[in-house]
Amino acid sequence: MTPARFKTSEAWDPFRQLSSLREEIDRLFDQPLNAYNTPTQFWVGGGWPAVDLYEDRDKLIVKIEVPGMNKDDIDISLHDGVLAISGERKAEEKYAKAETHRFERFIGRFSRALSLPVAVQADKTSANYQDGVLTITLPKAEEAKPKQIQVQAE
Amino acid sequence: MNNIQTKERPVTGAAQRQNGQVPTWSPPVDIYETKDAYVLCAEMPGVRKDGLDITVEDTTLTIVGRRAEQQSAGSVVHRESSPADYRRVFELDPTIDTAKIRARVEQGVVTVELPKAERVKPRKIKIGD
Repeated sequence: MTPARFKTSEAWDPFRQLSSLREEIDRLFDQPLNAYNTPTQFWVGGGWPAVDLYEDRDKLIVKIEVPGMNKDDIDISLHDGVLAISGERKAEEKYAKAETHRFERFIGRFSRALSLPVAVQADKTSANYQDGVLTITLPKAEEAKPKQIQVQAE
Repeated sequence: MNNIQTKERPVTGAAQRQNGQVPTWSPPVDIYETKDAYVLCAEMPGVRKDGLDITVEDTTLTIVGRRAEQQSAGSVVHRESSPADYRRVFELDPTIDTAKIRARVEQGVVTVELPKAERVKPRKIKIGD
């Protein structure tokens, strides 16, 4: 039996692809310029899911938009200063037998990786999945935190 | 049978700003049809129940999602997600019973169930003796 998912013309629609290309271009214009001004980052993957990186004095925060997942289907690893996120988003099983009229949401395996700009404490890293957003908090290593230098007066 | 049509995707970002509009982000959507209903799944990460606004006017369904306020995560080093609100408009089949539309949001996926009116559901006809 053919999977219901590919029954309709939604499986390949050149106009839909054009429209998503237009959105990608719009997205580029919407991005803050500083996103391109970060030579220390090395990003692998691209496309889906969207990844954000924030930094404050003592931690890095990575946010990844992966809605509708089971948290057990997400893998996070940290090795040699590279944070890797991978997983698989499965099709909505509930509607496997339903007819599909429109199919725009991503399904399948994904992976993104980024090299972190500063050293972090791997053992204190934590992750939380809420409202379809995965938030990974990486406390900076002591040596990576900014230090205040006292000026001594003679 | 005709079903649910997505209205032309709204112009996003730069184009909207040029027109003096507040930019919105058009979320990806799946639409399924079962025996009893159409089901619409829209992807809106960061949106909770109270940030969701679903309206039906005549045969037009509009879904607007606003991300929940986040405490500041620090300064942005790299951002790919869109900060704009989500918005998508659909033209409904007139056979949908708009009084019975139900919606829920779970891990950033908004599911809207649009039941078909009783009279258009497939019905088995009993044959008399």
